[in-house]
Amino acid sequence: MKHVANWALNIAAQRGASFADVRVIAHRSRALTTKNGKVGSASDAESVGMNVRAIVDGAWGFAASSELGRGAVESTSARAVEIARASARVKKQGVRLAPEEPAVAEWNSPYKIDPFTVSVEQNIDLLLKIDAELRSVAGVTLAEANLNFNREEQWLWSSEGADIHQTKLSTGAGYAAYAFAGNEIQKRSYPNSFGGQWQNKGYELVEELKLLENARRIGEEAVALHKAEQCPEGKYDIILDSSQLGLQIHESVGHPIELDRVLGMEANFAGTSFLTIDKLRNLRYGSELVNVVADARLEHGPGLGTFGFDDEGVAAQCTPIITNGLFTGYLSSRETAHSIGADRSGGTLRAEGWNRLPMIRMTNISLLPGEKALSLEQLIAATDRGILMQTNRSWSIDDKRYNFQFGCEIGWEIKGGKRVRMLKNTSYSGITTEFWNSLDAICSRDEWTLWGTPNCGKGQPQQIMGTGHGAAASRFRGVKVGSAFKSM
Amino acid sequence: MGMLTKEQAGDIFDRIRKLSTAEGVEVLFSGGHFALTRFANNVIHQNVAEENYVVSVRSVFGGKTARATTNKFDEESLRQVMRSAESLAKVQQADADLLPMPDSRETSRNAGARDTPVRHFVETAGITADFRAEGVQKIVGVAEKHNLTAAGVFSSGESVEGIFNSRGVSHWHMQTSAEISITMLGADSSGWQKSNSPDVANLDPLKLAETAARKAVDSANPLEIPAGKYTVILEPAAVLDIVGFMFWDYSGMAILDQRSFLTGRIGTKLFGENITIWDDVAHPLQTGSPFDGEGMQRQRVELVQNGTVHRVVYARATAERMRGSEYKDQVGVIEPTGHGFALPNEMGEMPLNIVFAPVNDPQTVEQMVASTERGVLVTRLWYIREVEPFEKMLTGMTRDGTFYVENGRVQGGLRNFRFNESLIHMLSHVEAMSVPIRSSGEESFDMVVPAMKVRDFNFTEVTKF
Repeated sequence: MKHVANWALNIAAQRGASFADVRVIAHRSRALTTKNGKVGSASDAESVGMNVRAIVDGAWGFAASSELGRGAVESTSARAVEIARASARVKKQGVRLAPEEPAVAEWNSPYKIDPFTVSVEQNIDLLLKIDAELRSVAGVTLAEANLNFNREEQWLWSSEGADIHQTKLSTGAGYAAYAFAGNEIQKRSYPNSFGGQWQNKGYELVEELKLLENARRIGEEAVALHKAEQCPEGKYDIILDSSQLGLQIHESVGHPIELDRVLGMEANFAGTSFLTIDKLRNLRYGSELVNVVADARLEHGPGLGTFGFDDEGVAAQCTPIITNGLFTGYLSSRETAHSIGADRSGGTLRAEGWNRLPMIRMTNISLLPGEKALSLEQLIAATDRGILMQTNRSWSIDDKRYNFQFGCEIGWEIKGGKRVRMLKNTSYSGITTEFWNSLDAICSRDEWTLWGTPNCGKGQPQQIMGTGHGAAASRFRGVKVGSAFKSM
Repeated sequence: MGMLTKEQAGDIFDRIRKLSTAEGVEVLFSGGHFALTRFANNVIHQNVAEENYVVSVRSVFGGKTARATTNKFDEESLRQVMRSAESLAKVQQADADLLPMPDSRETSRNAGARDTPVRHFVETAGITADFRAEGVQKIVGVAEKHNLTAAGVFSSGESVEGIFNSRGVSHWHMQTSAEISITMLGADSSGWQKSNSPDVANLDPLKLAETAARKAVDSANPLEIPAGKYTVILEPAAVLDIVGFMFWDYSGMAILDQRSFLTGRIGTKLFGENITIWDDVAHPLQTGSPFDGEGMQRQRVELVQNGTVHRVVYARATAERMRGSEYKDQVGVIEPTGHGFALPNEMGEMPLNIVFAPVNDPQTVEQMVASTERGVLVTRLWYIREVEPFEKMLTGMTRDGTFYVENGRVQGGLRNFRFNESLIHMLSHVEAMSVPIRSSGEESFDMVVPAMKVRDFNFTEVTKF
């Protein structure tokens, strides 16, 4: 593959680029789904291509092609240079890249079982067994299950000397049961909604999730929601389960700390951020218990934000984002690091594929678990009047990331330390910093899960990226509940 | 490589068909070249171009089918993708609902409908990075004139879609596209405009920039008013982003799956008398290819007639299943309409070329404002999600130009609201509509929609800006 880099980097240098990097990516995926006793879809896909990112006259250009022959690679590189020259027509200051020692490295995400070696028959058999178990519950009207496997191999070279070969495997698995009756559709999902759990693991993830063992319960809960009470409206203490809290972190911490948003680069689509640079190390983001990190290192776990190097060759790092409640860090890149006085990128630049420009993306943005032993059941027992909410159903937040509203699939009213009844149509809303400052309990490490969000959208053209979010169930005091259904 | 032609694709299809051992083979082609110039803080900060083509093979063996896709076109890659599709298909369980692939007579069964207009323009196909930079310079010039900061995109592209199958179907579609989206940012306000077309001649960067700038200037120093039910005037982009959430449900498969809010409601008056909605790929303001994922020609379908849910759309297999289902007498006309997704899939079909019918007494947004005693003018909605699927309760935010209207005049900018609103309620309370226009947002696909004045729209919270 190195010949591709040589062709591209030589042309970029000859045409006047002061910096260039080249990525070649080969991506393979398999998607299997079942619906109501039948295979819904079965597909394999591969995509291979290369891109060149170049700085000319202090401005960026990027070009990508699926062809890897010399002529195509050289013309793609020349095109990146030409585009950069056009960019330079509308610039004020030249691009400044934070220094980075060029890495020469090989990195692979660890796995036990290559999911592509597991037969399709075995996978479909598992999905159909789950499907049958879900639909064995009277009242389940629709059952859907999915398995997804991805393998991405990437080569990165830069004009500074970086030479990195990296391979990542990821697996996703989950299912949902729907119950339609009267004028109502209720839904339960496992182990999470919108595709289940996703991690940078092999087929061992599927085996760990106990998918079949939980299917009947999930079907029964979907049906039981029809007889549950409507979630009340008012201020309540709420306990969010680990998966819902993962999405809360994603939306109300992960996105606002993206430095490109803060600097206005995403203003037209994804939006900006309330976390202006003056708030760094000054804003009380959450209560003293809140410690959030952006950790792409393998020791954090096999999250969708785990890698060896980001897509501009910066090694994986752990950045403290919220430290004992104080806002302490952003997600940054080589281009943006100087804006916060940093002398090095935080290593968060990633692209969806070979045909997309790397941009600042969440790595694994995780709320660290509580230090004192605390199980979810103990937390419920210590709650006098509250609502436990589980599994996301809807999510929405404004374009500066202040006001949010989340709905959950199922809720449980807590009175006197006990779950007393099931609640349907649960929702809560608030303002980001007020919400995180109301946190008063976090369960400990054994309740902590590193969730995968496989579908984070950002950028123009839009890119879909996987991110990781570790969380343990936590309690928030005096949160506004139920206003989503106020008018019904 | 140059643009993939129908003849080249036909040759590739013939090679794959000769290699195939399946009883049926279908090959989809898609791709082209696309470029996007992105600006923020009054400079171009990202500027990208790509070229890619994809070949996607579906094989059928006795009621079993599967698909494999690649972007490599060499002989060995084509052989490999064909083998992948076949080996995946062979291990499926036979599906009694899988139909034989259609022949060309069947895919043309909707012939007689209006021809789809030309959607390929040579000037648009030839747009360069310099051309887009010149457009951005004009937009930035407007921003600087008003002491604002501009962010946005100017994109252009040329694409193909094609389908060939072993029963003689061969359809091909070429299209160009150009799009400009602009956000103008002030100290405490913003304004937005977006437009796209297959023909770049229809885009006016200066006009879009001036409108976005005016919104940013006029919404400066926003007031905060309490949440509650207000008369709202939704500009077309706001209308399309919210109504787009219901069109997944106008699908025969969604009815069969009991996931549609139209289950048991087809033939009932769900919306106001003034709401009539078509799906019409041949409409002059629409874009896209005239055939679906199996090559069936797209039919013009009246989805809603004067507030009554009239019909849903069908892929071939969905129509067949519906005819044998308990719903067959409750759903109106059942026939393949040319709206199916590529097989195999779980979702069946959906209408993607939505056109709202014009009303007899259209009003401009200015006229709607003039007739409003107290209300809110909304430029754009954001982060819309479904809260409850059967009443189609949606939540989301206003964004980039929200104004207070009192005594028939825009009084100034407002802090943005969160809404929780039922689409059924909203489309039952439309007091006035403008002439429908082609509009583009970020939450739903492009449509031909009017601006709407809606009574009792439910804002539940106010944010901080």
